[in-house]
Amino acid sequence: MSAALLIEQLLNGLQLGVMLFLIAAGLTLIFGVMGLINLAHGSLYMIGAFACAAVAAATGSFWLGLAASLGAAAAAGALMEVAIIRRLYERDHLDQVLATFALILILSEGTRWLFGSFPLYLDIPPLLQGAVPLPGGGQYQLYRLAIIGVGIVVAVGLYLLISRTRLGMRIRAGESDREMIAALGVDIRTLYTVVFALGAALAGLAGALVGALQSVQVGMGEPALILAFVVIVIGGIGSIKGALVGAILVGVVDTMGRFLLPKLLALTMPASQANLVGAALASMLIYIVMALILALRPRGLFAGQA
Amino acid sequence: MTALSRETLVSALLLVLLVAIPVAATMVGEPFYVTLATRIAILALAAVGLNIALGLGGLVSFGHAAFFGLGGYVAGIFATHAFNGEPLPFGLAATTSMPVIWLSAMALCGLVALPIGAISLRTSGVYFIMITLAFAQMIYYFAVSWPSYGGEDGLSIYVRNSFPGLNTAQPLPYFLLCLGVLVAGLVLFQLIKGSRFGTALEASRQNPTRLAAVGIAPFGIRLVAFAVSAMVTGLAGALFADLNRFVSPSMLSWHMSGELIVLIILGGKGRLFGPLAGAMVYVLFEYALGGITERWQFFLGLILLGVVLFARGGLLGLLAGKARHG
Repeated sequence: MSAALLIEQLLNGLQLGVMLFLIAAGLTLIFGVMGLINLAHGSLYMIGAFACAAVAAATGSFWLGLAASLGAAAAAGALMEVAIIRRLYERDHLDQVLATFALILILSEGTRWLFGSFPLYLDIPPLLQGAVPLPGGGQYQLYRLAIIGVGIVVAVGLYLLISRTRLGMRIRAGESDREMIAALGVDIRTLYTVVFALGAALAGLAGALVGALQSVQVGMGEPALILAFVVIVIGGIGSIKGALVGAILVGVVDTMGRFLLPKLLALTMPASQANLVGAALASMLIYIVMALILALRPRGLFAGQA
Repeated sequence: MTALSRETLVSALLLVLLVAIPVAATMVGEPFYVTLATRIAILALAAVGLNIALGLGGLVSFGHAAFFGLGGYVAGIFATHAFNGEPLPFGLAATTSMPVIWLSAMALCGLVALPIGAISLRTSGVYFIMITLAFAQMIYYFAVSWPSYGGEDGLSIYVRNSFPGLNTAQPLPYFLLCLGVLVAGLVLFQLIKGSRFGTALEASRQNPTRLAAVGIAPFGIRLVAFAVSAMVTGLAGALFADLNRFVSPSMLSWHMSGELIVLIILGGKGRLFGPLAGAMVYVLFEYALGGITERWQFFLGLILLGVVLFARGGLLGLLAGKARHG
């Protein structure tokens, strides 16, 4: 095992973590401000990927596709919020789970209706093709590095948005006391729609970026959604900082577990068995980490007041 | 007529329908409908199990597919080992006898539910929903990546397991067997609901602080309810695997967990016959819509959304009026 391979896997873990952060940030924001658990967040991720693939195929430009993914996911999010989600804020979590579960069925089947059952493919834009040399002699895909860069930019941007702007001030106020901020004359309904659309756009962006690495297909949102749940539960629901730390932790632990566990076990047992046990353990690893963290801190690492 | 007797009447009608349709179908030689009714009975039993935790205890477990699937795998693994003439792990003798399989499935689900419940119940609300989901995913991924029992491809049961004195290979006897187990599950639910334990459980949902103030710690009550609930759902899983003569990780998937919750809400949560009403409507919708359009999930989603937004109290709430107390 060379240092270059190790660095490559670490970067892969970071890249997965950054993707998860884009999804989890919206999820945790929506929960923090509106108190809503949104299972259909994974569908917004899927919508972003499909919008990007469709527009890129029609125009030949990945960048137009990327813009389309942001627009489509934000529009779908805003529409969902105004038509359905708005009626769920006062309901208990059970109703929210069910209604958004129903939305998944509708959106998944609707997408299959529009685009067919075959996966779409999205090419990496020419500007970002190629590889970058790593210290230690390896190579790393430029596109994945760019994803990590996007994640850092979004994290900084979100931090500035929440802590420095008027909209961010309202979001924070909405988190701590929604009756008070409404009484102060802020249009809380519009604020909720904006927050929902913002979260949706981030998920759509993640879908488009991942779409160029994997195939774009119906059902891609659900594994991503469940990982994002793990992320925000570890980080503390409602906390963006927690989402960032949780996402990086989950991304790195998952990737390194799959890479290192079989090798570690091979020291104590035959190689074929080590691969088998290692792969099975690695697929459960992040859930074990989550259980450990929750056993020690039931409200996550950075619990808010939600 | 009071609301209670109306609910009893509707419930009795549902049960009569469930028995009459397969018997009639067998007489006219349409065994497919017997299988459909068996599916209803088994899914209803799984939801009765979840209803103990969710309806009575207010514990929204989004991971009950874990127990449903584990029960299924117990049936599949026993059958495979018995078929190949190999002993089970830990030196247990493999058997195709359903009572042994059922007890094993329930014991395993209870044992798995205790640690999962003990960790999950330290949290509440949305955390509880997500953690139970995550634990179920953990078991799902284990089943997918562990190749001994088929991994992602699942495990076939070549001959349906046996029950003393019954020919389980025939659709009608197997349906009657599943019906009997469902009725036993319903009786158990009613016994729990009427017991001191059930009262404490409902109190832990309505006001845990007051329950603690009268000297009953909610944690223990909830943990026992969670484990019992998992055992009933696991038993249903074993029946389901034998019905399809197949078990795969899809029984463990989060979609299945969602479906179980849907059954309860469609029927009316916390009500004795809610799961049965929900399972009947769900399976019949699935069948009827599936016959009309390939896109039945789309319309199922719309119907479900309509029920959640506009028909609170579920089907039984619609037919039999509001529950007397919630």
